[in-house]
Parts: sequence; C-alpha cells; structure tokens
Amino acid sequence: MTLLDAPTAAAAPSAAEPAPLAPAARLLPALAAVYRAQLARAKVARIPLLFVATFQSVGILVMMRGVVDPGDNPAARSVVAGSSVLVVAFVALNLLAQYFGRLRATGGLDHYATLPVPPAAVVLGAAGAYASFTLPGTLVTAGFGAWLFGLSAANLWVLLAVVPLAGAALAGLGAACGLLAPRQEIATLLGQLGMSAALLLGVLPVDHLPTVVRWLRDLLPSTYGVEAFARTFGDRPDWTAVLGDLSVCAAVALGSLTLATWAYRRATR
Amino acid sequence: MSDTDRQAPQALPRGGADGPGLHPAGPCCTVRGLAKSYPSGAGRRAARAEAIRANDGVDLTIHRGEIFGLLGPNGAGKSTLVRQLTGLLRPDGGSIDILGHDIVRHPERAARLLAYLGQESSALDELPVALAAETTGRLRGLTRAEARAATAEVLAELGLEPLAARPLAKLSGGQRRLACFAAALVGERPLLVLDEPTTGMDPVARRAVWSAVDRRRAERGTTVLLVTHNVIEAETVLDRVAVIDEGRVIACDTPGGLKALVDGDVRLDLVWRTEAPVEVPAVARLAERAERTGRRWTVRTTPEDARDLVAAVTTGPAFAALDDFTLATPSLEDAYLKLGGRNGGLAK
Repeated sequence: MTLLDAPTAAAAPSAAEPAPLAPAARLLPALAAVYRAQLARAKVARIPLLFVATFQSVGILVMMRGVVDPGDNPAARSVVAGSSVLVVAFVALNLLAQYFGRLRATGGLDHYATLPVPPAAVVLGAAGAYASFTLPGTLVTAGFGAWLFGLSAANLWVLLAVVPLAGAALAGLGAACGLLAPRQEIATLLGQLGMSAALLLGVLPVDHLPTVVRWLRDLLPSTYGVEAFARTFGDRPDWTAVLGDLSVCAAVALGSLTLATWAYRRATR
Repeated sequence: MSDTDRQAPQALPRGGADGPGLHPAGPCCTVRGLAKSYPSGAGRRAARAEAIRANDGVDLTIHRGEIFGLLGPNGAGKSTLVRQLTGLLRPDGGSIDILGHDIVRHPERAARLLAYLGQESSALDELPVALAAETTGRLRGLTRAEARAATAEVLAELGLEPLAARPLAKLSGGQRRLACFAAALVGERPLLVLDEPTTGMDPVARRAVWSAVDRRRAERGTTVLLVTHNVIEAETVLDRVAVIDEGRVIACDTPGGLKALVDGDVRLDLVWRTEAPVEVPAVARLAERAERTGRRWTVRTTPEDARDLVAAVTTGPAFAALDDFTLATPSLEDAYLKLGGRNGGLAK
C-alpha cells in the first residue's frame, strides 16, 4: 500500500488518483485455505485412489513375504518400510504431478494467477494436503507389514515424522514435475516414473542391488524416509542415524518445494 | 429479435472507443496500442515462422460503472485481450491502465483490482460449491469469517443454496458456470471481467447473473467487462460494445448505435421444406443474392423489397415449399457483417 500513499507528482486537477488496491492474501491464511480446500477435494475425488495406493502396498508386502523370511532381518525391514513409504510416493509424487500437470494444461492455474495469493501458499497448501492425506494408508500398510513379517510395531509413531518430511520432499518433486512438464502427458509420465522408482528402489532389499542402482537409490528422496523408518524396527534403534535421514528429507523438501514454487511462478507468468 | 437496450443511454457517450473525460465517472480501464503476437502453429522451432497477431493495436476506454462488451467470432483475439487485462499475459507493446494502475508494468496488481471469471473451472471442479466460493474469497484476502459471510450472501443471491454442498464436477454445465460466477463475486472488486459467463445456463440462471451484475453496478458502481459471442445477450445487457475482428477493434458504440449502421435494412430468413422452388421467378431471382446455409436462405434488403419478397413466397407453389420464414430488424450480427467482419458471422 505504501506505493499508493505517495502523492502523484504534479498531478493535474483532472487526473484521478489511482484506486486503492484490495489487500493481498497473506501467506499463512492463504496456505490454510488452499490446504483445507485440497483436503476437501481429496475427500471427494481421492479416497478411491488412496485405497488403490494402500492395496498396492499391501499386495507388495504379501508378494514379498513369499521370498523374504520373516523376523527382524534387514530384508524384512526394507520391504515393510519401502511398502509404507510407497503409499506416500504414490499420492504425493504421482498424483500431485498429475494434478498440477492437468491444472496447467486446462488453464486451471489462471484461477489462482488472477487472485492476489502468494505462489508459495498454492504450492505448499496443495503439497501439504496431498502429503497428509497419505498418513492413514501409510499407517495401515506399516501395521500390516509389521504383523506379517513379525517386526516390532513399537516405533511406528516415527511415521508421524517420516510421512510429513518424506511427503513434503516427494510432493515438492511431484508439483515441480507437474508444473515444469511442457505437456500434461509428460507430467503424468514423470509422476509414474517417480513412483516406480520409489517402488523398485525402496522395496527391494539393498544388499541385493547392483552398485549403480544403489547410487540411483541414494539420489531418490524417498530412500531416506525408507531408511529412517527401517532403522526403527530393531530393539535399540540408532536414533542419530534416524534423525540424519530425516534431516536429508527435510533438506530435500526445502529444495523441492522452493523449486515447485519457482515452477508455479514460471507457469503463471 | 428484440431491440431492448435496457440501460439509460443518455448517461453514456455514444461514439468511439476513445474520448477520456467524456464520461462523468471517468475511465475504469484504458487500453492504448495493445499488441500481442504468437508464433504460428508450426511451432516455435519452425524457423522464422510467421507470427500470428492476436491483438494488433487495440485501443479501448471502458468507463466506470459501465457494462462493456467484447464481441467477436472465435479466434478474434478477445481472450488474448482479456488475458492481458487480467495480468495473465504480458503484451508485446502498448499500455493498459486500470483505475490508475499501470498493468503492463505491474501485472500483479490486476488481481487486487478485478475479479476474473475465466472459461475453465478445473481449479474448482472437485470442490463443493460453498467451499469453492469461500476459498476463492479467502485467496482474495478476506478473513475466514468475511469469506464465509460473503459466500452465504452470494449463494443466496444466485439461488445456489440447495447446491452448496455438492462438488462442482457433479453439477450440470450451467450450474457449474453459475457456481464459478459465485466464486468470482466473493471478495468485492470494482471491476468484473467475465469471459462468456452464461454459457450453458438456463434462463433462470442467466437472469440471476444479470440481476447480480445490475445490483453491483447500482449499489457500488461496479464496472463489468464481458466477453461474449452471443449476439442476443450483447444487445440486451451491454451499455457499449467493441467489435473485435482479427485482433483489431473494428467498431465501438452502443448496441443501438452499431445497429444504426444497418438501419433501414431488414433481414428475411426463409427455410424451405426440401428443395427451393426455383421455378418461381421471384425465388429464382432471390437465389442469386441470398446467403444460403443448407435449406436456410438469408437476405438483407430494404423493407419495401422485403415486403414484395414475403408476398411472393407466401403465395402459390413457393408457399407450399416454405417451412418457415422470419422478417427481422437488423441485429448486431448484421452490423458486424456490414462492418466488414470476416469469418462469416459471430454466433457459431
């Protein structure tokens, strides 16, 4: 508003003063409004997809039970943690990439672009809603997996940190993919590829992977969510390492959400 | 076709798109020399592809409190013009002033001066109607309580209360459009930019839209910029209309003023049952100058000539072959054709 308060220099008597600008939406209230709307959207349109995501992960658990021995061993931990985080990847990365890809392709971004709303509010609100929507499916998958493979369910609460952080990292990537892809089909493809990578590199036990694939695995942000969760199944988890993995998730989340906000700005200009 | 310009024409200047200061309330939106080109369909990489000039030196002045229309066929450049006014698209050249703000230099200010109803609803599609309107209000800077109160008021005004809890995607096209219009009204703005707001609406919804627009204009002096290619709507709701063709404003006047261009002429439409009875001499002569679309023949002519033609086709073998005919005073479409508008008419 300060711009407007400055008097128009040497204004002719007939020249009208600029009209006052309506206040812009502030970041936090706008973020809350977008988050709330996206959760409502999810209720309408996404519950069937959440079931699909959860069933997919439960199916993978059952399938892997045939080749991995139960009991507290690294392979069983990987499978359970990987399947659980896969639910997050399915929704936050894949579905969000598709959502923003579609919004951009159909001109739906114009709606937000003609409202005085900070770009970060739109991106963070949508990413936050998609990430938090995955929590029930992740908990169900993790609980079922722990039971199926005879792992301790005592530390499942750590998912309350893993889901938001891995979710934010993956949702940021998903939003960036959706907003940067030149065509809607490419956004869908990127989302699917990201989810497939999270599936293959997260669920398969690490020891069996070739070195090159392990490097790839280290590049994927979901890996650190899987690792953090997998570490907590033991009797005496290495909490420092868990915290380290979660810090990587947080750092990637910061980067990917910043990228997504930049991509939104670019798509609406 | 009715000729019902329902505004008070004495309050508005007749004449060109320009003339700042002519209107007591002053300009709301002033556009000068606006130009925007796109690379042609061959793609950006097609070397030196001929650019398509979507807007080619557009000049417009929209006065405060006016319902101003942009009329033109598909692809005439109406949407490109509107996207520049709303800050969505940066012009290649020219100036846009909205209520004293330079929108070319500060496109982000447009969102704080105007409310825009675009043609797409995909951002709101899966939301319940009330939440779509409330969220839009909050993103327009209202507090939650304000947005909620404004939403309740607008939904009641538009008769949308029974649909408040239903997601937009589950509504009919016209209802969805009305819900999007509701969202555009939550969080008051002095300028409403509406891109074909009544597409697919039934007459009840259409009336709700125009009375909501009228009320805002009467109570708050709201200015409305309306994009349309619906000639009947343009004639009945607009104070002034700019006719856009191939990226240029080819005329700007009141609907009555534009129709005065073709005053004295009438339009005769004939629809034949099957083949036209060209063996009748009057019909054979008509065949040479009528504009023929399938079984429909249209001719624009003087009232005297039209009277003779009607007499000729409503007797004998010609009448037996005639399915329907209408004799009408000129419409904006006739004015558009007279102005040299290409693309063979507006409503397609």
